Amino acid sequence: MLEFLQQIINGLSLGAIYALIALGYTMVYGIINLINFAHGDIMMIGAYVGFFSVSILGSNIWVAMLFAMITCAVLGVVIEKIAYRPLRNSTRIAALITAIGVSLFLEYTTIFLLGPNQRVFPSEVFPMETYNVMGMLVSNKEIFIFVSAVILMLILQYIIKKTKTGKAMRAVSVDQEAAVLMGISVDRTISITFAIGSALAAAAGVMVGIYYNTINPLMGIIPGLKAFVAAVLGGIGIVPGAMVGGFLMGILETLVSGYGSSLYRDAVAFGVLILILIIKPTGLFGKNTGEKV
Amino acid sequence: MKKSLTKVTMLVLMLFVLGIVAGCGGNAGDGGGDAADIPIGINCELSGGVASYGTNAYSGAELAVEQINAAGGVLGKQLRIVKRDNKSLAEEAASVSASMVEEGIVAQVGPLVSSNVQACTPILMESQIPLIAPAATATNVTVNKNDKTFDYIFRVCFIDPFQGTLMARFAKDDLNAKTAVIYKDTSSDYAKGLAEYFKKTFEADGGTILTEEGFVKDDRDFKATLTKIKTKNPDFIYVPGYYQEVAPLLKQARELGITIPIGGGDGWDSPDMLKVAGPAALNNSFFTNHYSSQDKDPKIVSFVDTFKAKYNKEPDAFAALGYDSVQILVQAIKDAGEADPVKIKDALANIKDFEGITGKMTIDEQHNPVKAGVILEYKDGNQVMNTRIQP
Repeated sequence: MLEFLQQIINGLSLGAIYALIALGYTMVYGIINLINFAHGDIMMIGAYVGFFSVSILGSNIWVAMLFAMITCAVLGVVIEKIAYRPLRNSTRIAALITAIGVSLFLEYTTIFLLGPNQRVFPSEVFPMETYNVMGMLVSNKEIFIFVSAVILMLILQYIIKKTKTGKAMRAVSVDQEAAVLMGISVDRTISITFAIGSALAAAAGVMVGIYYNTINPLMGIIPGLKAFVAAVLGGIGIVPGAMVGGFLMGILETLVSGYGSSLYRDAVAFGVLILILIIKPTGLFGKNTGEKV
Repeated sequence: MKKSLTKVTMLVLMLFVLGIVAGCGGNAGDGGGDAADIPIGINCELSGGVASYGTNAYSGAELAVEQINAAGGVLGKQLRIVKRDNKSLAEEAASVSASMVEEGIVAQVGPLVSSNVQACTPILMESQIPLIAPAATATNVTVNKNDKTFDYIFRVCFIDPFQGTLMARFAKDDLNAKTAVIYKDTSSDYAKGLAEYFKKTFEADGGTILTEEGFVKDDRDFKATLTKIKTKNPDFIYVPGYYQEVAPLLKQARELGITIPIGGGDGWDSPDMLKVAGPAALNNSFFTNHYSSQDKDPKIVSFVDTFKAKYNKEPDAFAALGYDSVQILVQAIKDAGEADPVKIKDALANIKDFEGITGKMTIDEQHNPVKAGVILEYKDGNQVMNTRIQP
């Protein structure tokens, strides 16, 4: 039982990271039906911005995170303007291939500019402490990741449900043309969606940097793919689905490694993707009609 | 239109011919130097993914050449380094090898990585020039798939199976481990090779492998599997892999309260281990390596001091292996009596009890050196030599 609870703790911190990345996937998909494969790499850029603001500017972890979120929000908007907006009325496959192109561009530009080697996140930024809670070991890093992920998700829910911008996002996702007729600026709304999604990815990037201590230019690929599975699992385009999907993926992976075999962990993760697509392509939270953001 | 096209074609052709003629002239000039010195090719990973391996090995080789030349050279001739960067790419390694053969080298030292050595093998076999690989540890570097030895390919490092065997004996005899868990990098043949031989030896000596777990390259989260390993309560965990994954793995293991000894192979040897995992997490962990710069053997102490004075850095295993590659080549040239590639090859195959920095070596029939290995231990962030184990 103790081991099981310990595994759940391991799974929750992993799941929080997946969930934050999955949110960006799902928001962008909800609004323009595009799987933004560059999303994992935006997370990587966020991790690097966080790393440099900590190591060069000497800022604390909160400032570093904020800085990374702002930089990536701008980056997300720029990518959308340059790469995706001109293709908005072309086929979906064209936009998808462009997204893969943007992903490779970000990865290899970073390698070109900063080198392929991993960098070590300075450990003194976030001194490690471990607490023993009834026999389970919980570290302050795990608490930090879980709590800040939940806070960010609550803020996101507030923006989508309670603000005018959120209303505009929901409107655009239901029907773009009708939204234009109602006086909503579609371009602006899409830009904001990219900004928010990228900022969440950047936060996840900084968390990964703190949690695992190292960052490298290709670090976004695997978490990006897993988060994509999480988004599909929850129902792509549905915000609460991405959160639940992320946590489910994290816990599932830890339980497979913990009670099955670590060798099958990734096979199970991607097996879930296949099963979901066969049995319930709209995901756990998916309905045939309904609101999407 | 047609006329101008022909003109352009002519011009291109002329330039091309000119280029060839110029090229020939250059080669003839290089080839003419054979009486004055002995050209040896050094084909290293000086840039790209594993640049640190190649740069250090080159420094070691360069130091050896300088020392030999200062002492009067070999058979009255000076050694001349023909230096090439293969950019850590297999195709580049092959093409620079071909260009060095054109220049008339008598032997090639390098590349460092097994796959890059394998890319050079056909060229050197065909042109009958011996190759000495400083650090290629994969078994199939010196033998083809039918287990037939490549006549011209040699190495000065021990091979993967040996490291697994070494660590198993150390765990059994020195750490008194009765049970062990293997947690290996399943995406690397290197790690799988180490794990296989660790298991074989550990079980043959009466130990029990409780379970085998795996991770893959670029994994960063090991907690789930480590939590599971903890409940099995083994005496020892064997983690063959590369430092990028092993460092966070060790850190997470200690965070979960796993205090038992953890061991691995030479893939652990990087300054990043300390930076990522921190000194506390590394305590009570051990790995097999080719040599230790802390060894008190006077030969090693003098090598380390000279190297530090010249390059202002600590010589790692690659530097020592690069140094030994040149030294063993020089021994072979002396034994052969002349700098003829075919005779050097025969002499290399017959090397016995050669005293290198990385230990005493005898080349066996598969062109692998029979030599000792060392076990290094992390103590408060320093690599400390624990013991030397003879084969």
